[in-house]
Parts: sequence; structure tokens; C-alpha cells
Amino acid sequence: MKCRVCRGPAIIDIRRHNANFCAEHFLKLCRDQTAKAIADFDMILPGERVLIAVSGGKDSLALWDLLLEMGYDADGLYLGLGIGDYSDDSGTYVRAFAESRGARLIEVDLRAEYGYDIPTGARAARRAPCSTCGLSKRHLFDRAALDGGYDAVATGHNLDDEAAVLLGNVLHWHDEYLGRQLPVLAARNGFPRKVKPLVRLGEREMAAYCVVRGIDYQVDECPMAEGNRHLAYKDALNMLEKRSPGAKHDFYFGFLARASERFRTTIDAEQDALLECERCGAPTPSEICAFCRLVEKAAGAQPVTITTRGGAV
Amino acid sequence: MKVLLRNPRREIDVDGPVSVNTLLERLEINRESVIVIRGDELIPADTVLADSDQVEIRPVISGGAVDTQVRP
Repeated sequence: MKCRVCRGPAIIDIRRHNANFCAEHFLKLCRDQTAKAIADFDMILPGERVLIAVSGGKDSLALWDLLLEMGYDADGLYLGLGIGDYSDDSGTYVRAFAESRGARLIEVDLRAEYGYDIPTGARAARRAPCSTCGLSKRHLFDRAALDGGYDAVATGHNLDDEAAVLLGNVLHWHDEYLGRQLPVLAARNGFPRKVKPLVRLGEREMAAYCVVRGIDYQVDECPMAEGNRHLAYKDALNMLEKRSPGAKHDFYFGFLARASERFRTTIDAEQDALLECERCGAPTPSEICAFCRLVEKAAGAQPVTITTRGGAV
Repeated sequence: MKVLLRNPRREIDVDGPVSVNTLLERLEINRESVIVIRGDELIPADTVLADSDQVEIRPVISGGAVDTQVRP
């Protein structure tokens, strides 16, 4: 295979672009696609400060690397989730990356600062682990961004993530979630701006980017995510992508162009009706926000230990 | 050749020579869901692997708490 740009030896084929790329031009493609997403959706303006939610996985570390390479003022925020060895290893990858780039890393440890970890919180609150994790991340990323005076929170959600979430929301017709599924959510009512600069890049490209750039990342899947529906949606979409290259891109960007606006009105009304949490001040539809209720339920709970297969004992 | 697979981590032996594409088809792995690495380098689908090669087939799919747009 030869690079589409320079005709040198290719290292990767990207079938939805019907093209192969050498290392140099593959990295350029990743930077160009990230820059296009930022520009097309007005994600980050010149001079703004960005807080990147980093997990130690390929997407968030690639995003951090890309934004630093592109000259953005980008700090990282890592949450210690307390998911056994998986979290220990993930933290090691994040710290090593930050040190290698001389980048600023903020760390928040759930157990030390809020008295729970994801396995324990999930059991105490009777929520699915991924739901408990998502709730914790959303709340703490928002708080850190507002407290630190950042202009935006950037996450490593890529095209595969967005297409899979869209598939799940369409399958079950979650109107309220469809209204929020945008590459940018503007700051309002106590929420910071949320941006997803990797929406034009696939999961395979992000893994390849890390290999080419020499970025070590957490390759293993989170032991608590095993068997979740989101992974099944990704498998289904990859089967379609194999038969019809570009299917994921057309699905997601077609939704943004042709349908997303139809789901916006209910969301605007819902957000205008939010109250302030009586304990932490975060926006919430009830008196106490979901995060504070989680912390309350998990307080004093017997710690849950994760087995190597993701079970909790 | 030695082929490293992940989730769960395991190593299998496969006879070469064989192209990356054919290897993935034999193992019934969707090429959209992995990258293939030899040494420290990515290798494209038409690369022919020798009996003496050691390669990693690395999954790229990650899941979990991705619903960060759900509020509040």
C-alpha cells in the first residue's frame, strides 16, 4: 500500500477515506480533522484555556497530545476511580504522559476526597458501574472546570463513540438524550462548555495515532464495562462499516445535519427549569443533585473489591 | 508466528507466510475493530507476515461511561 499524499510506504488504510497514509501524513490527517472539528463547531477560540478529561486510554491521551501540538493551553484532569489494578495502571499512563510533555495534570481521587470508589458507590447506590462512573465524571469535570476558570471541558469522544451512543438513543427513542448529542454544548446555567474535538476521527485512528506517536496507554478494557450495551452497539456498527465504509460517519454527521435540531426544544426548556443543589450548588432538577445523593449513599459503605474478571466481592 | 491477542491477553501460533488481512479473516476478527503491530510499528492490511514474525492484534474498541452529555 502507498500513501495517498506522498506515494511512500503506507502504515494504515482508512477505508472510509478510500485512502492509505504514511506515518507523517497520517499524523497530519489527525491534526487536520481535529482542527476542522474545532473550527466547524466553534469549540475552542484562540487564547482560551481547556481542561481535558484524561482517563489513561488512547482517546483522551491522543486528544491531549493533539491539542498541545496545535498550541492550545490545555491542562489534564484525571479522576482516580478506584477500579483496582485497572485504575492504578491508568493513572500511571496519564502521569507519564503529562511528565513527558511538561503538561499540567490535576488529579482527584474519589476515595480520598469523596469517600467512595466506583465499585463501592455503584453497589451502595444500586446503579450500574458505568452509570456511577459517568455521573461522577460529569459532576467533577464540571466542578473542576468552573473552579479552575477554564473556558471549556474537552473529552476524547470519537466518531465511534458518538455513532454508538446515537444508535442506542435512536433504538430506544430517547428524545431528551438526542437533543443533547452534539459536538459542543454551550456553557449555561452552571455548566461549563463541553467540546468533543475528535468527532471526525475513528477509534482505530486514535489507537494508531498513539502507536505512531509513541504514547503508552491503557489497552485493556475497564473490567466493569464488560458486556455493556455500548460495546454491543460498537460491534454492530463495525459490522456495517466493514460492509459499507463510511457508514458510521454518514450516520452521525447525517444526524447532526438533518435531525438533531428537531430534538433541541425540549432540552432548552428542561435546562431553564434547573435548580441549584442545596449542598454543592450544581444544577439539578431536584433539591439535592444526583452526585450528592450518591456520595451520601456510599458514605460508610463496605468497600467492594474488584476481581480480575470485573466481578465485585 | 506468534500472535498476541488482548481482552483476555493470550498468545497463539499461526503458520506463515500470511497477509494481515488473511490472518484477521482466519481469526474472524473485524479489521475495523483492531490495529496490527509488529515490533513498535503499525502494519497495513496487505503486509505479508513471515513465520518468524511476532505481531500484536490490538483491539481499539473501548466502552463504559461515555454518556457525558446526559445532564444533570
